[in-house]
Amino acid sequence: MIKKFIILIFIFFPIKASALIEVDITRGNLNPLPLAVSPLSIDETSRKNFQQILDKENIASEISLIVENNLRTSGLFNPLDKKAFLQAPDIANLKPRFEDWNLIKAQALITGKVNYINDKLRVEFRLWDVLAAKEMMALAFTTVPTNWRRVGHIISDKVYERLTGEKGYFDTRIIYVAEEGPKTQRIKKLAIMDQDGANNKFLTLGNELVLTPRFNPASQMVTYLSYFKNMPRVYLLDIETGTQEVVGDFPGMTFAPRFSPDGKKIIMSFAKDGKSDIYTMNLETRLVERITNHPSIDTSPSYSPDGKYITFNSDRSGYQQIYVMKNDGSDVKRISFGNGLYGTPVWSPRGDLIAFTKLHKGKFYIGVMRTDGTGERLLTENYYQEAPSWSPNGRVLIFYRETKTNSKGEGFSAKLWSIDLTGYNERLITTETDASDPSWSSLLSN
Amino acid sequence: MRLNKIFKNTLLVISAGIILTACATKKEVAVEKEAPKETKKEEVTKIEKIAGQMQGDVYVGTESVKYLADGVADRVFFATNESILTTASRETLRAQAAWLRENSNITVVLEGHADERGTREYNLALGERRANAAKDYLMTYGVSSDRITVISYGKERPVDSGSNPLAWSKNRRSVTVKAN
Repeated sequence: MIKKFIILIFIFFPIKASALIEVDITRGNLNPLPLAVSPLSIDETSRKNFQQILDKENIASEISLIVENNLRTSGLFNPLDKKAFLQAPDIANLKPRFEDWNLIKAQALITGKVNYINDKLRVEFRLWDVLAAKEMMALAFTTVPTNWRRVGHIISDKVYERLTGEKGYFDTRIIYVAEEGPKTQRIKKLAIMDQDGANNKFLTLGNELVLTPRFNPASQMVTYLSYFKNMPRVYLLDIETGTQEVVGDFPGMTFAPRFSPDGKKIIMSFAKDGKSDIYTMNLETRLVERITNHPSIDTSPSYSPDGKYITFNSDRSGYQQIYVMKNDGSDVKRISFGNGLYGTPVWSPRGDLIAFTKLHKGKFYIGVMRTDGTGERLLTENYYQEAPSWSPNGRVLIFYRETKTNSKGEGFSAKLWSIDLTGYNERLITTETDASDPSWSSLLSN
Repeated sequence: MRLNKIFKNTLLVISAGIILTACATKKEVAVEKEAPKETKKEEVTKIEKIAGQMQGDVYVGTESVKYLADGVADRVFFATNESILTTASRETLRAQAAWLRENSNITVVLEGHADERGTREYNLALGERRANAAKDYLMTYGVSSDRITVISYGKERPVDSGSNPLAWSKNRRSVTVKAN
């Protein structure tokens, strides 16, 4: 699917510097930037053609809606109500009347046009700085019509990047575990969806227990734990082809898998005789390397983005705490020293932070700390939540939350949530079924 | 040699007992502190009920317990984050070992479990450690390791779906299941 998706990008005009608008994403944004997403314009012939192919009455407004929705959920932008727009979409795309957009307090404006050309979907869009009365960006994409949602996500990423100075995270997918049934007999399936919840697809049937799927940052491969034939082992799954294989030949349970940043190795735990240690397996050479050797439980390993370090949790001090070591297992240092237990460390794709789950006085927290353990910051507190996974730009964390049951043991649910690194913008991610163990993919296009 | 082993085990049992007593004392203090806040009568009754079925925070009740044979309980329970066998657990496992020695054709799977108050991956490891604690003990009492398979379910297969200390204590367990 990725290979099929060839995007042609034409830059109409060189991007001019000195834009007035700038969104600071390092702070909690209580005043999101007001912007207008003018519906993309479309001619009648194109509209009808796409209606036939995609069964969408107006594909142009559908794409605009995706952009609007993405920008709103980021918490950094406030897309204005379309009813207030004074200028028609087609005219606005040619030459916006900036006074009109200024009047409704839009600081930025997105306009565009959709065409049906040679069975392809062509979308051009422009980003305008309303106050400076200037065009900030103009791009066009051509692709197969079925990729229309992705066009919306890519436009959102481009706008996000232009206005914040950092890469977006909208053209991405989430792999997670879909859950159904009573708490004592949960049925779990691997599932994948777009970052905004669309295109949900189940990847396994639920015949065996599956846990902790994680994306390869370099491709569309996934590693996860499956209880196939009642033998908990780490597996590798190619999402495109559906082929699965067990990773390595271990005489016992392997679990807690993750890819190395280059996607060439899997790092995981292997449990034997009551001890769990960390191992890696090179996917090309099949070479297995032992990284830790300690009578304690060493698990939940995660590489630094440069691949030189590994963070993991261990109870070698007597309680579950977070450690950092070199990638060969040397120089093990404990970095969590706060009150409580610390687990599930995940290195930020930016390299500067480690996200974790903390258990203290019966509450679970998702937090971040610097890689030396200083600057601990707790983002959210709840009855039960764990397993943060970073957005590819390192600005948002997705995790799962479970509810407390009532006195009869009823009312259990598991849901995905996201929160900004700033601690603001906490959001429930709607899924068809209950959900847990989310893992965020890299950007599908760059 | 054998006497020596039994002596060692007794010592272990005694020390485990001491640890347990210490835990229990701590727990009671915590409950007392919380108690004044809970003015409702039913809450007080609940605490008393829990006290009857838990020692420290280890489950000592019989609900959910099945029997492999007459007088041979199928499971042992653990304290939070622990894999130490309690006196009662050792007794249960000795009965299992005796039963397995008598029925030498039987093989078993030891299923280790954790409660819901821990991260998924750590709980998988903890379940494995608990099942192995039980396995080691069975081996000490003459059951050959090739008759025992260990599997951990972490927190994936609770027996009690409650979100309270009593439910959690029932879920922290190693269950011996007949495999053939």
